[in-house]
Amino acid sequence: MRDTVTAPVISARDLNLTFQTADGPVHALKDVTLEIAKGEFVSFIGPSGCGKTTFLRVIADLERPTSGTITVNGMSPEAARKARAYGYVFQAAGLYPWRTIAGNVNLPLEIMGYSREEQATRVEKVLALVELENFARKFPWQLSGGMQQRASIARALAFDADILLMDEPFGALDEIVRDRLNEQLLALWARTEKTIGFVTHSIPEAVYLSTKIVVMSPRPGRITDVIDSPLPRERPLEIRDSPEFIEIAHRVREGLRAGHLDD
Amino acid sequence: MRNIFPVLTVTAALIAFWYAAVIPMNAQWAQDQARRAGTELGFAALVTDTMTQARPRLPAPHQVAHELWNSTVVEEMTGRRGFMNTGSLSNRSLIYHGWVTLSATLLGFAIGSALGIALAVGIVHNRAMDASVMPWAIASQTIPILAIAPMIIVVLNAVGITGLVPKAIISTYLSFFPVVVGMVKGLRAPDQMQLDLMKTYSASGPQIFAKLRWPSAMPYLFASLKVAIAAALVGAIVAELPTGASAGLGARLLSGSYFGQTLQIWAALFAAAILAAGMVALIGLIQRITLKRMGMAV
Repeated sequence: MRDTVTAPVISARDLNLTFQTADGPVHALKDVTLEIAKGEFVSFIGPSGCGKTTFLRVIADLERPTSGTITVNGMSPEAARKARAYGYVFQAAGLYPWRTIAGNVNLPLEIMGYSREEQATRVEKVLALVELENFARKFPWQLSGGMQQRASIARALAFDADILLMDEPFGALDEIVRDRLNEQLLALWARTEKTIGFVTHSIPEAVYLSTKIVVMSPRPGRITDVIDSPLPRERPLEIRDSPEFIEIAHRVREGLRAGHLDD
Repeated sequence: MRNIFPVLTVTAALIAFWYAAVIPMNAQWAQDQARRAGTELGFAALVTDTMTQARPRLPAPHQVAHELWNSTVVEEMTGRRGFMNTGSLSNRSLIYHGWVTLSATLLGFAIGSALGIALAVGIVHNRAMDASVMPWAIASQTIPILAIAPMIIVVLNAVGITGLVPKAIISTYLSFFPVVVGMVKGLRAPDQMQLDLMKTYSASGPQIFAKLRWPSAMPYLFASLKVAIAAALVGAIVAELPTGASAGLGARLLSGSYFGQTLQIWAALFAAAILAAGMVALIGLIQRITLKRMGMAV
């Protein structure tokens, strides 16, 4: 809701993406138009095949759109990627088993050529941010799934990207761990003021986290509704029982159902 | 230490089977000798005879062990040409011949591993090499090494290369292949997500290689090195066979078969087996230390 006057961080116009597969073309994205302002927390929600992950990958320059325009920080996605404009968190933590937790978080810093002292201070800082400071010397297999995912978030935060793209980061975790990580993620977002793009297929997760919820539907993948959340930025877990929360969740559910009517 | 009991059981069973086979294999010769001498052999005498012949068809295990001991420790300690008397290894000892073969094996293994890794790096990073190199590598291994070894040695001899290098080249020929196959698989082990992650950092090709592909390939590398060093030893021995080399385990095998010295053949065979087992164990040890330091201990 805030910062609507400044230039958008991500701006997509009439974006189309068609994959050529053995079974013929698959229309993964159709006429996607969306603006994301600085500091927003945007969730993409929809059933599988709706293009939510594909859209995130287009932002990250991991896929190229077939037509349409998209800018990230006012640049093409490729230029933004080369300028290291974003950190990306994948569905699986994907930590390197031969590196310690600190070594994994240090990986992007090594690649980007930070000095040794800078590396050490940054690793220490982001590990504290995700509450893993006591596990720096452990190897990934010594940590639980939730802790591994936190380490992968730390890895995405270690360098100075002001955009954080997260592709169902908590999808493989159980409800209790997920609640805890959602709370921590909100706290982290408040502290770092990053712009976050977050793919999920959980309605409560999307409503709880987001300032903006993008509802998508499949075949072809498209946006069916964009909901600006009226919830305050400060959100205790109990907010999920409030009438406003339930109302937004209801609207998201309606949007998802509408997308399925034409099946 | 938990698996020492099964290992000992299997070893004991093999030795028992070996002893049982010795009697019928050597009985004919023992009975012929007895008939010529006009004597009759009782069962006990027959068994004793089959296990003590000087040139048995199948030597008994203790005879092979005795020959191994005699042609290594005893020869070097007390032999006229042994190490204690002359200060250099005796050309009648398996230590000397083993070393000749080992040096060619190690040189061939080093060249073969380097070549295998280089080819694998090329195959993974270059589309043209991916399409062209592998069929040739596979074809090279379908040619019997016994057929190609004499030609390599003769050709190299003609251009003045003799001694260690031609044998090492045949070792290389056999040992590069498992390394290529293993390392291609290893360097391709990172999944799409790990490669995408590197792309989001806009990492360079060399960085992706050094920080992702190479460490991912480590377990594959050691597995193929174990196969490669055994193949390199076979290559070095085969290279000694066709040219009448005067030194090396292959030469011992060949001269043993010329003169019907079955004990010498079996002793050389066991020396080769011990050498191979030792080298594979050494690589296994390096593997354990390396993977443990990488946090990937099994």
